Amino acid sequence: MNKLLTVSPSPHEYSRESTKKLMYGVVIALVPAFLATIWFFGWAAIIVTSVSVVSCIVFEFLIQKFILRKKPDVSDGSAIVTGLLLAFCLPTNLHPGLVVLGALVAIGIGKMTFGGLGNNPFNPALVGRVFLFLSFPVQMTTWPVPKGFKTSFTDAITGATPLSVLNENYDKIAIDKLMADPELAMPDYQQLFWGNTGGSLGEIAAFALILGLVYMLVRKIITWHIPLTILLTVTVFTGTLWLANPAANADPLYHLMTGGLLLGAIFMATDYVTSPMSRKGMIVYGIGIGIITVLIRRFGAYPEGVQFAILIMNAFTPLINTYMKPSRFGEEIKNG
Amino acid sequence: MLKTFPKGGVHPPENKISAGIPIEILPLPGQVIIPVCQHLGAPAEPVVDKGDEVKAGQVIAHSKGFVSANIHSSVSGKVLKIDKMLDASGYKQTSIVINVEGDEWLDSVDRSNKLIKDVSLTGEEIIKKCAENGIVGMGGATFPSHVKLSIPPGKKCDVLIINGVECEPYLTSDHRLMLEKTEELLTGTTLLMKALGVSRALIGIENNKKDAIKKLESLAREYEGISIHPLKVKYPQGAEKQLIKALINREVPSGGLPVDVGTVVHNVGTAYAVYEAIQKNKPLVERVVTISGKDMDKPLNLLTRIGTPLSKLIEHAGGLPDNTAKVVNGGPMMGKALGSLEIPVTKGTSGIIIFSEEESRRKETGPCIRCTKCISICPMGLEPYLLMTLTEKELYDRSEKERIMDCMECGSCSFTCPANRPLLDYIRLGKANVGRIIRERKQ
Repeated sequence: MNKLLTVSPSPHEYSRESTKKLMYGVVIALVPAFLATIWFFGWAAIIVTSVSVVSCIVFEFLIQKFILRKKPDVSDGSAIVTGLLLAFCLPTNLHPGLVVLGALVAIGIGKMTFGGLGNNPFNPALVGRVFLFLSFPVQMTTWPVPKGFKTSFTDAITGATPLSVLNENYDKIAIDKLMADPELAMPDYQQLFWGNTGGSLGEIAAFALILGLVYMLVRKIITWHIPLTILLTVTVFTGTLWLANPAANADPLYHLMTGGLLLGAIFMATDYVTSPMSRKGMIVYGIGIGIITVLIRRFGAYPEGVQFAILIMNAFTPLINTYMKPSRFGEEIKNG
Repeated sequence: MLKTFPKGGVHPPENKISAGIPIEILPLPGQVIIPVCQHLGAPAEPVVDKGDEVKAGQVIAHSKGFVSANIHSSVSGKVLKIDKMLDASGYKQTSIVINVEGDEWLDSVDRSNKLIKDVSLTGEEIIKKCAENGIVGMGGATFPSHVKLSIPPGKKCDVLIINGVECEPYLTSDHRLMLEKTEELLTGTTLLMKALGVSRALIGIENNKKDAIKKLESLAREYEGISIHPLKVKYPQGAEKQLIKALINREVPSGGLPVDVGTVVHNVGTAYAVYEAIQKNKPLVERVVTISGKDMDKPLNLLTRIGTPLSKLIEHAGGLPDNTAKVVNGGPMMGKALGSLEIPVTKGTSGIIIFSEEESRRKETGPCIRCTKCISICPMGLEPYLLMTLTEKELYDRSEKERIMDCMECGSCSFTCPANRPLLDYIRLGKANVGRIIRERKQ
């Protein structure tokens, strides 16, 4: 019994959870949406997604090795998540060169300038997307009509998204007339649910995104607080507008299923690093995102506001963390 | 739905390997090392000298002050020396070393197995006898029981809680005690109720000890005011504040004691020790210790004399496996890793857990990804990630405001962290510094 013993502070037992497992959990949750988008956009979806993921990994590796000069390690899977999310909010026929540029901004400016994983104040994928959106507005708002593997990459046949049609016509044409117009071919609820509509790569199929949400909730990767608060806020806000004037406003269900709302609420706003820490804080953050989204959609210049709403609330996260504390156990004794 | 505490908590693998193994009596060692401070509070003062003959059950160190406890010899024999010896804290403490000769007990001690249920003493006499017999909390905190039983003026206690939770993985000593000494335990509980002057006692047990719950439930009917409460398995339910919240839904205020919400919590081991002290005149000189570990030859529950070196227990359980890297005194969540096996069993030793090299290795630490898991599992509603950062930056004023002193060091945060961050290590460092600052301020 003269063995040298390890002496370390407790606890001596650890859970099996790891950063890697959490990140790959998010990747798995994104698979249904990816499969749906392949069904609708074919090769185009595969090309944009792989270019985005590969460039994110490569840029993270290169920046770690040559700029931060540390042992490069991209195995944690966070670059894959950023790559997927960036691809998911790009149009399917975007030129691969622009995808690479977006990935460089997302990883380089959005993440690594702040010190890498865990330190970035803004969601890197959204930083990349907004950069492309503001720099290349035409390319970023040209969406191909979904035709599965027959979808053309360079073809000029592009369809508008339901949100852009709405945005152009608010307060001009009554909503029910818009919906009925055969030329506009606005998708109905069923099309929105299954994903047969124009839009960014990963945002089109509502059911696939909801599947991802259920998976992440069951695996306890995220909690319900952020996504459900956002969706509920949007429902209440658009519902109020709709009830007040149904002719000038789309109904809440239409708002929930169009654009990037589900993708944003489920996958972008729940990004660990850039969202608040306490449950109360998450609810405040979710309400903020919901309100800003609807304000931009209905009254702003852009048809979709989720990405800006999330980035704006990202900026508020440190403030929310300072004021929204978890409820402590046991009230404090005065003069104790 | 089983009751439990609502905020936080984790569920580490239970690993109650020795749950089905009856308590075995460990043969007497050749020598015992009895530290004079095995409790929270002032060390006791030795009243024997080198060369003195002592009997088992004899006082060998007298308590000093109110918050202190008597120390008794656990064996008969000759005092070899009184010296500074290593104890489980890792520091050297004054200890009385006795060479064992025979097994002679004081005549006043009743060592028979006969159950005595009738309670004849008054509450005050019970408290006095607890103090005389050196009874301390056997759950690990080792707070002198007579202090806990003396309700401070102005406070009221209306219910007694008996802690049979044993939420730490591996440990089974309380489980076996509840199963094998059920009536003694219930009588001990009656004694504690009388000492406190309460009419109600709740025994909380986690639902992974179904046999003990069943047995206690069937026997408790004969005891007035005692009820058995199965609890959902969740760590750290055995922590006083969490158990009180789970059983009677009262929240002990920050910096307060259970008596602030009208209750007192005693461990099942303590209740048994109280039974022996009052009904059998037997001081606290032995206790049940679990020896366990995934690679141990024969995990055991051993009735051990206080002062027995841990090496004797491990030998009895088949010796250390070849791959041993860590020996922990207590459970894996809150226990202390030991640097030597010649450390003695003390009043607070609930178990010895042996870990292999593989189990002992800490995984590489990654950056905090703010997943919020440490916040959601903290049973005190703290923000471990923040307390760690504040400690790293030495921002102690802010740590105090974030209630770092509320941390009871249950280890759930370090257990959960997916990035393997040493959260509790830093929080401990922070607590030490904040504690120092608070003390300096008071002076």
